[in-house]
Amino acid sequence: MTDIDDTTDRLTKGVNGAGLDARLVVERGSFRLDVPLTAAPGDVVALLGPNGAGKTTALRALAGLVPLAGGHLRLDGAALERTPPDSRPVGVVFQDYLLFPHLSALDNVAFGPRCQGATKAQARAEAAAWLDRMGLTEQAGAKPRRLSGGQAQRVALARALATHPRLLLLDEPLAALDARTRLEVRAQLRRHLAEFEAVAVLVTHDPLDAMVLADRLVVIEDGQVVQEGSPSDIARHPRTDYIARLVGLNLYRGQAAGHAVRLDAGPSITTTEDLSGPAFVAFPPSAVTLYRDRPTGSSARNLWRCRIAGLEIHGDQIRADLTGELPLAADVTTVAAADLDLQAGAAVWATVKATQTHAYPA
Amino acid sequence: MTRSARRTRRMLQVAGAGVAALLALSACSSSDDSSDASPKSDKSASSPASPKLSGTVTVFAAASLKESFTTLGKEFEKQHPGTKVSFNFGGSDTLAASITGGAPADVFAAASPKTMAIVTDKQDAVGTPVTFVRNQLEIATLPGNPHKVASLKDLTKSGLKVVLCDKTVPCGAAAQKALEASKLKLTPASYEEDVKSALNKVVLKEADGAVVYKTDVKAAGDKVEGVEFPESAKAINDYPITVLKDAPNAEAAKAFIALVESAEGRQVLTQAGFLKP
Amino acid sequence: MSKVDQSGAATDALVGGERRRRVRARRGVPLPLLVPGVLALAFLVLPLVALLVRAPWHGLPEQLTSAEVWQALQLSLLSATAATAVCLVLGVPLAWLLARTRFPGRGFVRALVTLPLVLPPVVGGVALLLALGRNGVIGKWLDAWFGITLPFTTTGVVVAEAFVAMPFLVISVEGTLRAADPRFEEAATTLGASRFTAFRRVTLPLIAPGIAAGAVLAWARALGEFGATITFAGNFPGRTQTMPLAVYLALQNDPEAAIALSLVLLAVSIAVLAGLRDRWLTTS
Repeated sequence: MTDIDDTTDRLTKGVNGAGLDARLVVERGSFRLDVPLTAAPGDVVALLGPNGAGKTTALRALAGLVPLAGGHLRLDGAALERTPPDSRPVGVVFQDYLLFPHLSALDNVAFGPRCQGATKAQARAEAAAWLDRMGLTEQAGAKPRRLSGGQAQRVALARALATHPRLLLLDEPLAALDARTRLEVRAQLRRHLAEFEAVAVLVTHDPLDAMVLADRLVVIEDGQVVQEGSPSDIARHPRTDYIARLVGLNLYRGQAAGHAVRLDAGPSITTTEDLSGPAFVAFPPSAVTLYRDRPTGSSARNLWRCRIAGLEIHGDQIRADLTGELPLAADVTTVAAADLDLQAGAAVWATVKATQTHAYPA
Repeated sequence: MTRSARRTRRMLQVAGAGVAALLALSACSSSDDSSDASPKSDKSASSPASPKLSGTVTVFAAASLKESFTTLGKEFEKQHPGTKVSFNFGGSDTLAASITGGAPADVFAAASPKTMAIVTDKQDAVGTPVTFVRNQLEIATLPGNPHKVASLKDLTKSGLKVVLCDKTVPCGAAAQKALEASKLKLTPASYEEDVKSALNKVVLKEADGAVVYKTDVKAAGDKVEGVEFPESAKAINDYPITVLKDAPNAEAAKAFIALVESAEGRQVLTQAGFLKP
Repeated sequence: MSKVDQSGAATDALVGGERRRRVRARRGVPLPLLVPGVLALAFLVLPLVALLVRAPWHGLPEQLTSAEVWQALQLSLLSATAATAVCLVLGVPLAWLLARTRFPGRGFVRALVTLPLVLPPVVGGVALLLALGRNGVIGKWLDAWFGITLPFTTTGVVVAEAFVAMPFLVISVEGTLRAADPRFEEAATTLGASRFTAFRRVTLPLIAPGIAAGAVLAWARALGEFGATITFAGNFPGRTQTMPLAVYLALQNDPEAAIALSLVLLAVSIAVLAGLRDRWLTTS
């Protein structure tokens, strides 16, 4: 128990050289990953990106499962580039947890302490304490296949934490869970990560997971960092199509001149901000209004002629994917969609009020 | 036919499991074993010169006859164009078991009357087998005889690795007879399954000596050195030969036996180390 | 489906459903699989049945009480078990190397491993003599330095049997290893386990069923081994004469005794394999 009490103690925070300082360079054929990554003790960093962006590779490089082709990796001031994975103070929660199927939950958690030289009794006592903390005392004797998804996730977390890592890595920690357990486990995981005193890095393709769990997001596309910042900052100022789609925004890049941004491809968008030079314009799909006929009485200056490329149902909303003068996503209610008789291929007019757009320098 | 019979023997050696060995045996017993070398299929080749001999003669012969019979087979084919002599050399007992099991053969030449009796007892032979040669035992030692083996008694010296044939095969039975006649007790390293494997153990220098046939020593050339011993006179093996009842090519079979018993055949056999009957 | 829906009444639907299930059950075994499958079984079992039919039952008790038979049986069981142990100790690591490491010529090495499978065992025996015999490439030094000679010894029997049985174990274990998720080993190393500890504490228990299956195959192969054994270790009752050798030599002049001996070997192996299957192989 004393060990666990220590973990809440954030003595290390602020000490010189403490935390993670890395530049991860990994080469795999034509794919090259080059990601700088720094974090202070207590930080939770999320690596966010589409499939194949290299997030998991970055995680494996941190764990030592993939060799670095270049760059550096320092943890609390110690260089780890050449340290084999079994000697790194790193704990990993794998995507499908990889709990050892032949060992009980208790022995899974005791595995790490045992490898670090604890006696069987010591290791088990420590494992029991971790399981207790995770609310899994009753499941201690259960084999992994008898655990629910949420329980397995917590055992995996306990197993990783039981080695007292200075860097905790989580690979898609919630991906293996169904929607309902996910909410609950996400909240628990957030609590456990908040208590963790060293650096935590998690990889996810789900922006919601990233925003709920992490203090800071690092967005990776094609092996490169494309944006980095707090969740709210990134949600408000996406810099790539991928991030914009991720946070549910229409995003365009162009040249601003006063209240208008002329897009690189096509029309202008009128905004409320007064800018000049390269700029981004963003607006949510819910800000878009659709008409079958050209609206005559509308005061909207942002009016484009489009064609419906596809329709997708999101709850009681329908998201229309539009092509034409300006490619954009628009959300309409099911009722409105029925009134407008929306269907793929239909021609529509789309408008957005200037007050609902958001422009910022590129 | 020979090929299938030889395959059978190989299976016997290879398969190992007793079950598999018996399986192979039962495979032989199917009488219409229509393998590609069937004698019937060779009937087209005929020679007008000799008295209507044609086709394949299948000869099952003791392993010790290999060299001399191969020579005689070539001679036979020369004398009777259009014929082909096909051999299956092996332990006499295995051959006898194959024959009683239904393997199609024309001639059987055994290394002992006892193994021939297996065939005659089942009435698988035509007439009474005739003894055509005799074979005498000899000690095979390493080249140069480094252990100075001069008699059967010398083989019982401790520290010497000696192999004998198993007593179920003729050379083993004969060796046993010789040992008993001279009241010697010899504990070998191994009872080998046939005379050639006993000889091979000396050729490969795994054994220091083996009791084998004179003919085997001769065939091995300078890889082994032969040592004669007087007790071998008490255990001379008669080699009987016979035409088989179900011989597919009985005429050619008789002609082959005639060649073996002729002066020419004798000469080949005595050159190989056999004694006259 | 539509038929059932059309029938309307619940009872009809029930009956229909049941009939459908029965039809499907029969459909579950397609004839092109059933017929050859049953033929294969008959092909495997028939010779054994013939063995039982032709067995000299009246003389059997006499055969079975002979000391030589028990000696051969004992030696067979002992040497097959020892050979299996050798295969496990050396073969499992080899399987791991083949499955988990990359080195140039790995495909070639894998082909080499399977060589004893295609090599006629007698040739294997000769090869063993040339390598480990008193005058063999390595055997020469074994004899000169340690005074160890393998031919004509029970150890020689174990060596010959392990030689022919090892591929069965290696292939079986390698297959299981390839099917097993290598990330479990990675997970273990991130927990501080060395690669060997990861192998011992994680991989080994995970592939235990495959190892057991491979060991049983190897044991069965070793028990029936004949060619390599008689060539390398010779034939001496109580020392190197295993059951297959006894069967083969009995076949020379007493086929009935050979059948009796075969039955003993058969009964013992079936008893052992069936016992293992219940206790061991079905727990996975």
